[in-house]
Amino acid sequence: MAEAGVWSTYFYPLFLTIGYILAIVVPLLLVLAFITYFERKVWAAIQLRKGPNVVGPFGLLQPVADGIKCLFKETIVPAGANRMLFVLAPMVTFSLGLIGWAVIPFDQHLVLADLNVGLLYLFAVSSLGVYGIIIAGWASNSKYAFLGALRSAAQMVSYEVSIGFVLVTVLLCVGSLNLNDIVEAQKGLWFFIPLFPMFVIYVVSALAETNRTPFDLPEAEGELVAGYQVEYSSMTWLLFMMGEYANIVLLSGLSVILFLGGWLPPFHVEPLMAVPGVVWFLLKTAVVVFFFTWTRATLPRYRYDQLMRLGWKVFLPASLAMVVIVAGALHAFDWLPR
Amino acid sequence: MIIQTIMFYVLAVVTVGAGVMVIASRNPVHSVLFLILAFFNSAGLFVMMGAEFLAMILIIVYVGAVAVLFLFVVMMLNINFAELRAGFLQYLPIGGVIGIILLAELVLVFASGAIDIEVPTTVASPTPPADEITNTQALGDVLYTHYAYLFQGAGFILLIAMVGAIVLTHRRRADVRRQRITDQVARDPKATVQVTDIEPGAEGTWKSD
Repeated sequence: MAEAGVWSTYFYPLFLTIGYILAIVVPLLLVLAFITYFERKVWAAIQLRKGPNVVGPFGLLQPVADGIKCLFKETIVPAGANRMLFVLAPMVTFSLGLIGWAVIPFDQHLVLADLNVGLLYLFAVSSLGVYGIIIAGWASNSKYAFLGALRSAAQMVSYEVSIGFVLVTVLLCVGSLNLNDIVEAQKGLWFFIPLFPMFVIYVVSALAETNRTPFDLPEAEGELVAGYQVEYSSMTWLLFMMGEYANIVLLSGLSVILFLGGWLPPFHVEPLMAVPGVVWFLLKTAVVVFFFTWTRATLPRYRYDQLMRLGWKVFLPASLAMVVIVAGALHAFDWLPR
Repeated sequence: MIIQTIMFYVLAVVTVGAGVMVIASRNPVHSVLFLILAFFNSAGLFVMMGAEFLAMILIIVYVGAVAVLFLFVVMMLNINFAELRAGFLQYLPIGGVIGIILLAELVLVFASGAIDIEVPTTVASPTPPADEITNTQALGDVLYTHYAYLFQGAGFILLIAMVGAIVLTHRRRADVRRQRITDQVARDPKATVQVTDIEPGAEGTWKSD
């Protein structure tokens, strides 16, 4: 019986977990590939162009073609580069983009790891994102890459502070770090209505955290060529892009969980209740991703000193004040969760 | 249980190994990266002990913030580590003696049973059983309920240290033009923009003042 015990206690859960992981990662990778297509189509529509329309019907196979192109190109490692770290950096970025999904609840109990510190886990993962970039910039042994990496590190560290305070306010209203509890607490009212200022701060900080326009200074092709990615080619570059998009979708998903009611339907009426929660979650995430794409097509890039001013002199005091106001209101009206 | 034991030894060995590599590796950037590896494995050990809050805080604070600053400094400053290592043999005897004394003290303290390694149960706020409340709540209880004033006091001391550091290093330069966004926004268009209606073909209608 000992063998059966080992099987049922260790190997069966192991294979089950691997199955769950694949069930999340494989669709995620497909989505990431097609987000590039979606994004280019949206920009094209905004700029009155057609966008990719040659490869496959409506250009739908464009991401596949791009993937194959990157796969067959040569991976170039610069002569002065630190080979080991140069190859490690894109892997770090890519895997950090994926591991955050472990705690995202797609439906009421549809989550890989139902941690009771899920929110902190996500915060930790997003705060590690800076390493891929800073290691890439240093290991490339190139001044453009290094300058891009330094800018990015300063930017991500600055905006993380305000994201942290946003998370604290949501946490105060919920009384739990578990993402499922956070969604459940929004049954009556989605948090973006009472906490609207924090929602705005979160979305803008998420743009800065993922290095998206108007805060894409680390890339800044006009001045830094392509920032930290300048020395990367083929698959290593593709891994950076995939990691970046994975992070964008992850932070969009997190904004849905924190402010837009996660897998809850918008109204508690019958035809909407019948739709599975996964559909609501994915729909809302898609809307936020569309918003990210929209801003990129619309807004010009910030200047570096303005970016730092916004982070430290506007968002930090504003979010700190909101923490105090929200905590005070919760205490005064006795709304604190028990 | 056997898997847990194996995991513990893997994490512990990697932690100690990474710790050794922090001081042994020649490249300072590699040292910082090994330090991060050590932090990660310590976080893993925390998780195995059921202290998931501490594990996450360790990663957020040390890996996400402190080690980034280390990496920044090490990458930016051109430290000549060969020069720093030059006096290694010279300082080895005295360093070794201090190390041996500390080790002997630790061995004496633990061997004599002078301190109780078990979690104390008699202090003001005993550790609650793990299955009743999460350790986030337990820590919050201790820090913000039982020892709120001491905790706030520690916070104030850190704040004062930070303000002091800024005051000591900040210098106001007079030769720099700073952007004052409030002034720019508050500017009245009437005071700065002059709209002149020029008749086509007419000469001398332009007035600069």
